[in-house]
Amino acid sequence: MIGMTHFLILSAILFAIAVMGIFLNRKNIIVVLMSIELMLLAVNFNFITFSSFLHNIAGQIFVFFTLTVAAAESAIGLAILIILFRNLRSINVQDMDKLQG
Amino acid sequence: MLTTVLFYVFAIILVFSALKVVTSKNPISSVLFLVLAFVTSACLWLMLNVEFLALVLIVVYVGAVMVLFLFVVMMLDIDVETMRKGFWKHLPLAILLGIIVLVEMVLVILNKPMVITGSPEVVSNNISNANQLGWVLYTQYSYPVELASMILLLGLVAAVAITLRKTDKNAKYQDIRKQVSVKASDRFEMINMPAEVEVDNLEPQNKEEVK
Repeated sequence: MIGMTHFLILSAILFAIAVMGIFLNRKNIIVVLMSIELMLLAVNFNFITFSSFLHNIAGQIFVFFTLTVAAAESAIGLAILIILFRNLRSINVQDMDKLQG
Repeated sequence: MLTTVLFYVFAIILVFSALKVVTSKNPISSVLFLVLAFVTSACLWLMLNVEFLALVLIVVYVGAVMVLFLFVVMMLDIDVETMRKGFWKHLPLAILLGIIVLVEMVLVILNKPMVITGSPEVVSNNISNANQLGWVLYTQYSYPVELASMILLLGLVAAVAITLRKTDKNAKYQDIRKQVSVKASDRFEMINMPAEVEVDNLEPQNKEEVK
């Protein structure tokens, strides 16, 4: 029988893979953005699991808002990426040092 | 029995596609594996009887956000080789970090007060999941829904404002100074036009005046 722990561990694995992805592809900002999407998916997975097993709809409402915010965030992130590529001709994170931070 | 088999099949596909997102050389195949990951997790959400959000995940995420990602990846000219530099160097550290994160989370999950023995939500005959969600979304959570719509509007305006080029010939701008200092004579022109023109003596210079 598949219990709650199975789903929670699956989402933990997903989150760990996303953390790995940020470390592995730290030059390529687009894969970093994709890893963040994967992290958000793992978080949503947790919300859905708790909502379903505790018979409480509030978790699903929260996932609804997370999806909204994530959609807006990725749209703005890709817009910033496009304007960076237009100015720098590359999406290498190492080249983004205009602000001298 | 069937649910157990289905869960493991979907879980294996999900973990495999997530690993391919992280490790594949070409960003386009990363995006496509991310689509596979989203679709598979939508299937897993369906197993938990969360139909509405599973379908929203496919329609909104795969249909809109991932297509946007694919569009951007294909539009940009990415030098894959420089991007992969340091991949193998960072691999041991990344695996170590991933394992640490995983072990910590699993220890928390397997902790006794966290373990909830129950069954997932069952499908009820009289009210669907979308109906249930709609009832609370438009009553109890109506204010957050409007805030979410404002966030989407913000995203729309910000994305357009960021990518719009100032030097673009086709870009349309409001010049406030020009708008304020405009005179009536700039906008409005009186043309002398005879009320009745005889067809016989309509001459070329007369024609221009009519225009």
